[in-house]
Amino acid sequence: MISERFFNYIVALLILGTALVAWVMDEPFLITLTTKAVILALAGVGLNLALGQGGLISLGHAAFFGLGGYAMGVLASHAQTFTPLMEAPFLIVGTNSMPVIWLVAIVASSLCAFVIGLLSLRTSGVYFIMVTLAFGQMLYYFSISWPAYGGEDGLSIYVRNSFPGLNTLDPIQFFGICFAILMLVIYGVSRLTHSPFGLALNGARQNAQRVHTVGLNPFKLQLAAFTISGAITGLAGALFADLNRFVSPTMFSWQTSGEIMIFIILGGVARLYGPVVGAALFILLEHWLGGLSDFWHVYLGIILLCVVLFARGGLIGALAKKERAHV
Amino acid sequence: MSDAVLNILNISKSFGALKASDDVTLDVRAGEIHALIGPNGAGKSTLIAQIAGKLKPDTGKIDLLGMDVTRMSIAERANLGLGRTFQISELAMAYTVLENVMLGALGKRGGAFRFFKPVMKDAELRERAESAIERVGLSQHMNKVTSELSHGQRRQLEVAVALTLEPKIFLMDEPMAGMGAEGSKMLTSFLDELRGQAPILLVEHDMDAVFALADRISVLVYGKVIATGSVDYIRNHDEVRRAYLGEEAA
Repeated sequence: MISERFFNYIVALLILGTALVAWVMDEPFLITLTTKAVILALAGVGLNLALGQGGLISLGHAAFFGLGGYAMGVLASHAQTFTPLMEAPFLIVGTNSMPVIWLVAIVASSLCAFVIGLLSLRTSGVYFIMVTLAFGQMLYYFSISWPAYGGEDGLSIYVRNSFPGLNTLDPIQFFGICFAILMLVIYGVSRLTHSPFGLALNGARQNAQRVHTVGLNPFKLQLAAFTISGAITGLAGALFADLNRFVSPTMFSWQTSGEIMIFIILGGVARLYGPVVGAALFILLEHWLGGLSDFWHVYLGIILLCVVLFARGGLIGALAKKERAHV
Repeated sequence: MSDAVLNILNISKSFGALKASDDVTLDVRAGEIHALIGPNGAGKSTLIAQIAGKLKPDTGKIDLLGMDVTRMSIAERANLGLGRTFQISELAMAYTVLENVMLGALGKRGGAFRFFKPVMKDAELRERAESAIERVGLSQHMNKVTSELSHGQRRQLEVAVALTLEPKIFLMDEPMAGMGAEGSKMLTSFLDELRGQAPILLVEHDMDAVFALADRISVLVYGKVIATGSVDYIRNHDEVRRAYLGEEAA
């Protein structure tokens, strides 16, 4: 068996390679498909921090994904119509600059994650799952019933937002942006895993009492992890909206939360590249099996069942040696 | 009492009709090992839980180093200088011995909210952790995963983690349980030295260890302290013999 680190490099190179080959062969659809996998992987990397390392099984991460999406939708739609978001007490105008949108998405989703975490971390186990689910659904219904930004129909943005120096409408360039962000975030998460915070957070997951007894507060650790986790998933939401040039309440739906969780389980819980492998596999299955039948989720269900029953470490667990976090 | 590190004053705790702690008063002085013994169900665990901060007493007061800690959380008490080991090991089972002890060192120093520098390369923490591991004699198992350790080794590990906290007082809940004769002997002589560093409140079933180590013994029966005194005093105490030792020493 190969080491997990080596396996991760192969996965990253495969994704990059797929996009580059598609670019050379002039297959924009394939590039877009790869980009989608990269963005969904980013959402999964966010959830994996809370779920894998923190042990916080959140079924409400669609809240952050959707917030990121709507951060893009709201800002870009105002820029599109040249109307300000608000005029009093101070003027806020829309924008179609990606970096600004990302910043807003990160700030909005981390604030939201902080508040949701503050309230739901008082519970644990099944109750935590239910409370996070409830918060996600609250935002879902809120987005449906808010007509100013499309309500149920969502919001269309006609031109992809801009990034200084790049033509974001060129699929390979937009892929490049998303891939670079994914790699940066994965690097950050990897550093975090090995940091004092990572040691304490993973300790709190295994035994909260132990962490408490050495004088650390598990609640604060988990709240911080949940907040960062929400911020990453929110950033993914903004990119996802830009990929589709469309946002709708679907991004807030509990099915979205479930899918993000499925990436992690497929790829390997708490594995650095678990969500990446999982999201790539998900997109492949959706594309291949979806072509065979509209009911492709049946096959996904069978595969998921097999992974849960026979490969608890997910695909990475089955193919690569476990890497110890702190050596 | 000025030299008391831990002062427990008139603590009571009830669960429904059951009085688990009934007006308990107890102190632990600098330099001593104070053993707490009593038959099963006497309320030792409940008392320990209240001292550690897991449970809050209904009435009464707990002073640690002259501070009223009655309403403080587990973490706050730990930061003040309470080093606890558990009856049933509370360790991060997937972590190695070193990682578990590093966690203790991190708790003592603070700075758990640093997100970027690799913790295992932190020389200061590493030094603290490794010296604690060496002191309890687990050096050759430093990189072993905790779930692979024997019962006795887990006990030693618990003590090592408590050592990194450089506590002002140790609270040890049956540290000998599950240890072989050899291990018990080693730990006994280790605790004997340790009292010079910080006093120990020791809950223990191993009477040989208790009689060998304790400066004072308190006997808890049905939530009440029925006697406190030297080893000889307790050995010859009628009520204690009847309530507790009688069953074993008859």
